[in-house]
Amino acid sequence: MLLEVEDLSVNYGRIEAIRGVSFTVDEGEVVTLIGANGAGKTTTMKTVSGLRPVRTGTIRFEGQDITTMPAHERPVLGIAQSPEGRGCFVGMTVIENLDMGAYARKDRKSPAVKEDLERVFGLFPRLAERRTQVAGTMSGGEQQMLAIGRALMASPKLLLLDEPSMGLAPKLIQQIFDIITEINKQGTTVLLVEQNAAQALKRANRAYILETGEIIREGTGEELANDPAVKAAYLGGDV
Amino acid sequence: MDFSLLFSHFPELTITGLAYGAIYALIALGYTLVYGVLRLINFAHSEVFMYGAFAAVWVLMALGGGKASGLGIAGYLLIAFLSAMTVSALIALLLERVAYRPLRKRNSPPLIALISAIGASFALSEAMGLRDKPFKWFGQENAFQDYVGRPREASPFPLKIDVVRLFSIGNYQVSNIDLIVLGAAIVMMIVLDQFVNRSRLGRGIRAVAQDPEAAALMGVNRDRVIRLTFVLGGAMAGAAAVMYLLKVGQVRYNSGFLLGVKAFTAAVLGGIGNLRGALLGGFILGVAENYGQAVFGGEWRDVVAFTLLVVILLFRPTGLLGESLGKARA
Repeated sequence: MLLEVEDLSVNYGRIEAIRGVSFTVDEGEVVTLIGANGAGKTTTMKTVSGLRPVRTGTIRFEGQDITTMPAHERPVLGIAQSPEGRGCFVGMTVIENLDMGAYARKDRKSPAVKEDLERVFGLFPRLAERRTQVAGTMSGGEQQMLAIGRALMASPKLLLLDEPSMGLAPKLIQQIFDIITEINKQGTTVLLVEQNAAQALKRANRAYILETGEIIREGTGEELANDPAVKAAYLGGDV
Repeated sequence: MDFSLLFSHFPELTITGLAYGAIYALIALGYTLVYGVLRLINFAHSEVFMYGAFAAVWVLMALGGGKASGLGIAGYLLIAFLSAMTVSALIALLLERVAYRPLRKRNSPPLIALISAIGASFALSEAMGLRDKPFKWFGQENAFQDYVGRPREASPFPLKIDVVRLFSIGNYQVSNIDLIVLGAAIVMMIVLDQFVNRSRLGRGIRAVAQDPEAAALMGVNRDRVIRLTFVLGGAMAGAAAVMYLLKVGQVRYNSGFLLGVKAFTAAVLGGIGNLRGALLGGFILGVAENYGQAVFGGEWRDVVAFTLLVVILLFRPTGLLGESLGKARA
């Protein structure tokens, strides 16, 4: 297993954000966590990347216990995240943002980084055109591409994507999901958090449904997409 | 009000104003760097400056810098810069460790850190002003009298540089001291600007200033970046301290206070969190003070400085180069 999350609980002050959440991500998979606003998806993501302290439970990455490892050490292991709301460095140019993605790499001076940059530009030609533009002046969709591209610059084993479709036009959403599938085909394991359940289930090998801080269902993407209860609650009855 | 002095001495007022402005600007960099990554006004930064000035004075006294001449002066000047910058950086680091980090680790509200900053400022200043006391407690009244005797009075800078008038701009003869101060300040500013904008660590500073969580996701160690900003700001304050000694010739345990307030004003004037803003604010403040002094009289100098701040903030609440905080380039 690449990532094993076991019985994870996280609090915000006295409020329990997630309770006893367990899930796994195997190498090569696309796994998605879906759920409504406030279900605990982003909290789960931030806890995996170390931005939120764990109350109980364990997180293991490639068998190593990383539950209490500081966030800034996790990219070195191969965990990269494109955060909710993109989190681009708005005062930096596109190329500086992408360089930040490779900040923690041990091989940051090797040609491998150059190759990864070419790979990112291949996936997002738009970023290549705008390489000297300041990120804060770009559209939401472009910033989303930048956030994903920046995470890829870490050459991660596990790519965490938090709501990549949020606030994007429908045509762009389709494009972003196609790229996520392409990234996975190129060999990167993806953990995807989404409100757009229809697209997420279509692309995922396996899926978990979060509701008010707990995992209530799990299965393959197809199983859940065809489940009547899931359809009614998350897909508006129309896939 | 008398404008004739302003017009007749315009070149002189401008150049000496720029020299003072350079000192404000270098100190302002420390405020703005720390504010950028911590959203904290490090009010004890004025003391970081003052300790650097004393370090330069004492090291030159110990090495006999007062008797230097010719090329020796350049060597002693270099030693003064190095010792002031090192000591200021260390004091800044100590300050972060003792006054701020413990509060940060306990997630204290910003107001608490601000009170800690003000407290640290008084403590450091008074420690310098009472530096003879520990020797008295241990019955060593006569030890190190040159260094710690009369702690409330000014300590003169031992290095005496004869003022040489090199060339004239308008009716003002530019001196070697003007050139040293301005030249050193500009070198410092360029080095810092390039470091922050081009180097990997500098990019780490900007990343933490713009989005601390995203920076952590990139593998930036926030604590290390915070320490680095204190060291950089401290070193700049140390360099400013030597320039101050060259212009003013002496330092006192409370010399940091007014200068610190002025430098903070310069940082806010330029847009706090923005490095180039701090430089611009420093130079504008230095020059404006001199003009104001010529028009209204010397006792109005500080009034002019703070009135300028209020007027600019009325029209540009985020300072001259400040954008909304989220977009500020650190």
